[in-house]
Amino acid sequence: MSLSAVVGTRRYIFTDLKYLLAKASPERSGDALAGIIAESAAERMAARTILADMPLRRFLDEALIPYEIDEVTRLIVDSHESAAFAPLAALTVGEFREWLLADSADAVQLAAVAAGITPEMAAAVSKLMRNQDLIAVARKCRVVTAFRDTIGLPGRLAVRLQPNHPTDDARGITAALLDGLMYGVGDALIGINPASDSPSALTTLWLMLDELIGRFQIPTQSCVLTHVSNQIRAMEMGVPLDLVFQSVAGSEAANTGFGINLAMLQEAREAALALKRGTVGDNVMYFETGQGSALSANAHHGVDQQTCEARAYAEARHFKPLLVNTVVGFIGPEYLYNGKQIIRAGLEDHFCGKLLGLPMGCDICYTNHAEVDQDDMDSLLVLLGSAGVNFIMGVPGADDIMLNYQSTSFHDQLFVRRVLGLKRAPEFESWLQAMGLSDPAGELLPARADHRLLTGLPA
Amino acid sequence: MRSLIRPDPWHRLAALTPARIALGRAGSSLPTRAILEFDLAHALARDAVHQPLDLAELAAHWRAAGGEDALVVRSRARDRTTYLQRPDLGRRLDKDSAENLAAQAGNQDLAIVLADGLSAPAVQRHALPVVHALMPLLEGLRVAPLVLAEQGRVALGDEIGALLRVRLLLILLGERPGLSAPDSLGAYLTFAPQLGRRDAERNCVSNIRDEGLPPAAAAKKLAWLIRESLTRNLTGVELKDESAMGQLETLPTSHSAL
Repeated sequence: MSLSAVVGTRRYIFTDLKYLLAKASPERSGDALAGIIAESAAERMAARTILADMPLRRFLDEALIPYEIDEVTRLIVDSHESAAFAPLAALTVGEFREWLLADSADAVQLAAVAAGITPEMAAAVSKLMRNQDLIAVARKCRVVTAFRDTIGLPGRLAVRLQPNHPTDDARGITAALLDGLMYGVGDALIGINPASDSPSALTTLWLMLDELIGRFQIPTQSCVLTHVSNQIRAMEMGVPLDLVFQSVAGSEAANTGFGINLAMLQEAREAALALKRGTVGDNVMYFETGQGSALSANAHHGVDQQTCEARAYAEARHFKPLLVNTVVGFIGPEYLYNGKQIIRAGLEDHFCGKLLGLPMGCDICYTNHAEVDQDDMDSLLVLLGSAGVNFIMGVPGADDIMLNYQSTSFHDQLFVRRVLGLKRAPEFESWLQAMGLSDPAGELLPARADHRLLTGLPA
Repeated sequence: MRSLIRPDPWHRLAALTPARIALGRAGSSLPTRAILEFDLAHALARDAVHQPLDLAELAAHWRAAGGEDALVVRSRARDRTTYLQRPDLGRRLDKDSAENLAAQAGNQDLAIVLADGLSAPAVQRHALPVVHALMPLLEGLRVAPLVLAEQGRVALGDEIGALLRVRLLLILLGERPGLSAPDSLGAYLTFAPQLGRRDAERNCVSNIRDEGLPPAAAAKKLAWLIRESLTRNLTGVELKDESAMGQLETLPTSHSAL
């Protein structure tokens, strides 16, 4: 099939599939930086017109990053399930969009085809979808995971409590952590980004979280977001560790930049499973991703950043994670320049992840050198809440004093729960009631200064 | 009107962290004062990103302190919007600047560059105090004329250092402003500067500001690293900071936002 189309008075010709995908992508600064962005609105529409008529099958025949040089491609190809793909096998990308939006594609149907969808197919169809399409389809997907509580049930939204501190001070972290619990935050995870990567500092944090969760019998899980090799070593030494964290990207070369490969992730997952610390489920992995990571490692192979991101999801789903978090606005304006680009990327990532069967959450966030502010974050929060996002972040006052960026706050999650009627994970909801922190409807009760949680501070 | 705010009765915890906790709420939302404080911090950070570097003021202060004339250069990023979206352009000198610098090549031990980076106020406030504290500690070293750079990123120093043919390049530039500090300065040392140096080949001293690592302390740390680098002919992961000057770590820069 020829990759050319006439739009207006010009004929546009595209050399190959990855080039076509890049040109069809909605505008973002990272693709411009990579030199692969459409040079005009007409060229973008020419690419989309061709993409709409492209058979989905072609994505099985033409690897964007060669099989021989990339273990992520090998994982995508080798784990593809033809039987799951069968209902989609005759469709073009344009028809796939309609198939997804049709009333016949319900949660059961969507789950049944997930293993037949490659990340490139997900990325391709997203490029033909408006924001409302991304929301409408993602909302129909149901991905439920569990460890000490159950995340992703209909009508529920979980929150990762992120009590970071610039020097990992145990009392400072605990103060922010308790503030979050008093706001009913923490059902997705209590996860700390440490400033230090020294084994003793990390172990202090793991022990502290384990003690606190144990003492108050909180139905949640903890994580310290350090390199996976540090976590493997800690587990070998008997440190009580709930979830294993790692940042992952969409190409082998980008993962090499992170100092990881698929075998390391497998080793870490097996070690965490062997600890048997989950009570209601055994999803033990927590992954973070974000558009632009492959390009920033100069490891994108000419593939657009949104497609690279979807490839990271195919990698993540292999390890049956509890949570996958696209940290959408953290990377900076050279990849996503403004509020419009960040909002679009957040919706794309959530859609692609859900379509592939991932428990997608989103760190709705930005840095101060991007053209974006808290109003844009409010918009994305409501949009993702409507799309059925599994979890978001909870950062005190939206201001992460360790990572120096802005995310969603304890207040923001209260707001979106009220506006959209979203409940917490059921086990966590029950715990809050038992602790006298919320009423049976999940509304926070007036807090008392002598509440026993507030005695949780280390001396 | 206090009754409109539902207070969080754990204020004592707020003393334990600079994080925004125990804020109270109006309905599910922030009290007005907390919103204003946050937005003010964001406004200062935004302005810091977009404020131009006042080269004339820097040059005047430098001359007033007895410095020889500074060399002024600019990157290929013509304006702030381009700079923010095209880090590759902020890492290369424009044609005129490159030609002018090549004419100044002096084979010295060290060149010092002040660049705006992501916060001109950081450079305006803290860069010369660092340099003034540093110079007396560099006795015996041959130092090239000071370079002032507009729309510059860390790696711009590589081209500057290569053209000046210095052994070691120190670039001081504004770090990405956070809400807690819009004027934090970063310092990066690169031995044998040339195009294509990787971040792992540099040493970084960060968070230089009065409330973080004060300029005088940063200068001592940098002086130690400079001498050690010139003795051992390297910078980067192999050169660990053993100066024991302070609590802040000197890390090889693996994920610089600059």
